[in-house]
Amino acid sequence: MNDTDEDAADALFHALADRTRRDIVRRVLAGEHSVSALAENYDMSFAAVQKHVAVLERAGLLTKRRQGREQLASGDVAAVRAVAGMLAELEQIWRGRIGRIDDLIAINPHPEV
Amino acid sequence: MPVTNVTHDLDTRTLTLTAEFAAPRERIWQVYADPRQLEKIWGPPTYPATVVEHSLTPGGRVTYYMTSPEGEKYPGYWEIVSVDEPNGFVFRDGFADENYNPVESMPVATNTYTFEERDGHTIATYVGIYDSAEGLQKVLDMGVVEGATGAINQIDDLVSV
Repeated sequence: MNDTDEDAADALFHALADRTRRDIVRRVLAGEHSVSALAENYDMSFAAVQKHVAVLERAGLLTKRRQGREQLASGDVAAVRAVAGMLAELEQIWRGRIGRIDDLIAINPHPEV
Repeated sequence: MPVTNVTHDLDTRTLTLTAEFAAPRERIWQVYADPRQLEKIWGPPTYPATVVEHSLTPGGRVTYYMTSPEGEKYPGYWEIVSVDEPNGFVFRDGFADENYNPVESMPVATNTYTFEERDGHTIATYVGIYDSAEGLQKVLDMGVVEGATGAINQIDDLVSV
């Protein structure tokens, strides 16, 4: 793992280590929300919610777009899902090898001395 | 079923598989220590592996090529990091050119294989760590053939019942 990956992992864990931010992630994964609509759910200032959104954006967990005067946030776990999909595919390669070892040892289960 | 557990760690691009084999640890070690047995299990049935050089010692190299159904050769190499016979070994696993030199632009995985004996059976743990998501994708672009082969084999098994 190189430094860039370490930085990305740090940002991800830092972003998800906060209760409000996890709640925001759940909401924006369900659909697009304006930052002001999100702010109504929490007992804190609009600016504070905006800061939480910015942390999530830096970690790659949500994306923002501007529509008129509103900022709309939506969840972006595509990157995380892509890695999950790739590991699942790789798993099939390993399963193939393990299956062939099983077949090989079935023919001759004991080590030759 | 030989595979007993699989875990994916997305942050570190790590794939961990645990398998149980009905044979002592020395037998599983032998699969990797004997190039003729290794080539039976490394490449998928449609892309059989031929082991060229085989030095399973720290700093040693294992080189091989896989042959496609069309006769194309796909060379690869292992760079052995550490060996603890018959408990396991650690190696860097990469793609090679036709002279078996590492292809620097291709991804490398660090693999840790561990064999543990329990009541005459062997619990094998396979851990593969990929340095980046891009690297993982490249490996799959080249290795996806095997995934398809596995799926096709399953269909064959079904229709032959």
